[in-house]
Amino acid sequence: MTEMKKMELTKPRSLFWQGSEACAEAAIIVGCRFFAGYPITPASEIAEHLAKRLPQVGGIAIQMEDEIASIGAVIGASWTGAKAMTATSGPGFSLMQEFIGYAFMTETPCVIVDAQRAGPSTGQATKCGQGDTMQSRWGTHGDYSSIVLSPNSVQEMFELTVRAFNLAEKYRTPVIILSDEMITHMREQITAPLLGDTDVIDRIKPTVGEKAFFGLKEVPSMPAVGEGFNVAVTGSTHDEYGIRFTTDPLVHRRLVERLNNKITNHKEEISDFEDYNIEDCKIGIISYGCTSRTIYEAVEKAEAKGISVGYIRLKTIWPFPNEIIRKLAEKAEKIIVPELNLGQIYYEVERTANGLAKVTPLNKIGGGELITPEELLAEIVK
Amino acid sequence: MVKVFSIRRYLRDLKLPFCAGCGIFTVMNAFLKSVHELEYENLSDFVFCSGIGCSSWISSPYFIADSIHTPHGRSIPVATGIKLLRPDLNVVVFGGDGDIVSIGLSHFIHAARRNLDILVIMINNMVYGMTGGQVAPTTPFKIKTATTPYGSFEQPLDAAKLAVTAGASYSARWTTSHQNELKESIKKTLQLKGFRFIEVLSQCPTAYGRKAGFRKVGEMLRWFTENAISVRQAEKIGEKELERNIVIGEFVDRRRPTIVENIYAMIEEVQRNTRQN
Repeated sequence: MTEMKKMELTKPRSLFWQGSEACAEAAIIVGCRFFAGYPITPASEIAEHLAKRLPQVGGIAIQMEDEIASIGAVIGASWTGAKAMTATSGPGFSLMQEFIGYAFMTETPCVIVDAQRAGPSTGQATKCGQGDTMQSRWGTHGDYSSIVLSPNSVQEMFELTVRAFNLAEKYRTPVIILSDEMITHMREQITAPLLGDTDVIDRIKPTVGEKAFFGLKEVPSMPAVGEGFNVAVTGSTHDEYGIRFTTDPLVHRRLVERLNNKITNHKEEISDFEDYNIEDCKIGIISYGCTSRTIYEAVEKAEAKGISVGYIRLKTIWPFPNEIIRKLAEKAEKIIVPELNLGQIYYEVERTANGLAKVTPLNKIGGGELITPEELLAEIVK
Repeated sequence: MVKVFSIRRYLRDLKLPFCAGCGIFTVMNAFLKSVHELEYENLSDFVFCSGIGCSSWISSPYFIADSIHTPHGRSIPVATGIKLLRPDLNVVVFGGDGDIVSIGLSHFIHAARRNLDILVIMINNMVYGMTGGQVAPTTPFKIKTATTPYGSFEQPLDAAKLAVTAGASYSARWTTSHQNELKESIKKTLQLKGFRFIEVLSQCPTAYGRKAGFRKVGEMLRWFTENAISVRQAEKIGEKELERNIVIGEFVDRRRPTIVENIYAMIEEVQRNTRQN
């Protein structure tokens, strides 16, 4: 660790990085020491960067035989006490879903980057999309809650990667960074904090004699294998001590409700967004990820025309910040939801607005083309 | 050292879920006896990974040990993450034929190719037992199962041979009728490095025997004993003859560089070079 500190400190503070590089370096700074992945556009650069960097800091990066094995190895690594991550895109994200549910059920902290591309299926592998928004919430089977972060710049790719690890460790749950082809591939000047300036949260370790690693507390302490705790980890319904109870309704309710509550009860703390003029606007915009990069110009132009516009840019998509959306809906006459899909968060916004404001989707898919400020402006003035 | 072997020493005080006459008891006993004879007072040096299926319940949660019960077929990837970061721990995978060489087959091949330092014990009952006796990639040709009511129309997979081709350091096959050989094989492999694979042909009186015509456990164990031939004997006879036999013994026992050795040598070199620069 001391060696790593020295190495980081010799780096300049202002950097010209690719999104993938920012993600990889942030992971290293926050203490990630294991990466397993499978090549896929547009996420491969994260694997390539970590393959070079992790051994330098004593960590391991391995290319597995597929995405299922990748997240499996990440989960195994996490149970040795390490911070671990994987990175993929739509097709690989689909393959990882069973294990994401397993990580949720077994309370295994880990970080999964989904650099979205245009789907379904192989779709347009090199082109940007936002079609995995609902998958990041409901991708695996069963009752669960997910934490999903959505960066809109290289700077945020860095910051939200740090945050993703911190949330994963704090709540003992998988955290998804829902990036996209554009944010992952583009280069921007960023200011990376030095190691000492980064807040790092580590999972709570059990004390000698502790046995309930799957309950009693909202977020139980987590032992590592090989520490003598005889921890029994299972994706089947289990009691506080990890013992399988596959028919008892009460054990299932107690476990699955706690797993969901530990996220939903802390929605306010987890939620993060940027908002502007939501108290006093006629038109509202709700956006996230790459799409949110065009709202600023559109808002400026609308204001020049004398239209009052406010926006909420979601930095965390799930849990969904209903309260702030509702606040906006109470003021605005119309809320526009631009997305590079055929409408996903739009439905969540409409449900939250519940008739208080007219909610309009603004969608575009294919070719990685963004929604332009002009297109957004046209919708604002309509 | 504890002189008298007591299986209870290593087991949680829980009722085991296996059917009467199940071969899993034999494998569980052979494994824990091996551990006992190697003078492990407890299982604290081990981590067990298993997937889904009856065999995956051997270690989870019955062993007083760290055990990870993974999704179906995915025990080996999880074991990979553990072993790479904790090379000092003895990582053992238990699984059935469906888990290891059907849904999890590619992980099995790649772990053998990497020569990942784990011991995989596959209990091959030639059927999907837990789900009610459906055909498996290990079911012999023409055997009736719940999903092949007219008999299996596929050829079974030879997992022990496949492990050799894939690059395993050690591969052996035994049956539940060969308890001593099995125990000695486990004892030996627990002290070796690299990818070690032990396949145990086992009886499932509930799901396999019922349809395949083995009404009693004894009949199946006798069938194992009577049809087992050694690897050496098998080399001398033709392929057609082999179809009626179960080849048992060690298919390979060799020393090859392991992924753990290679990866840590690389990290050391990278760190040395990084420091110099």
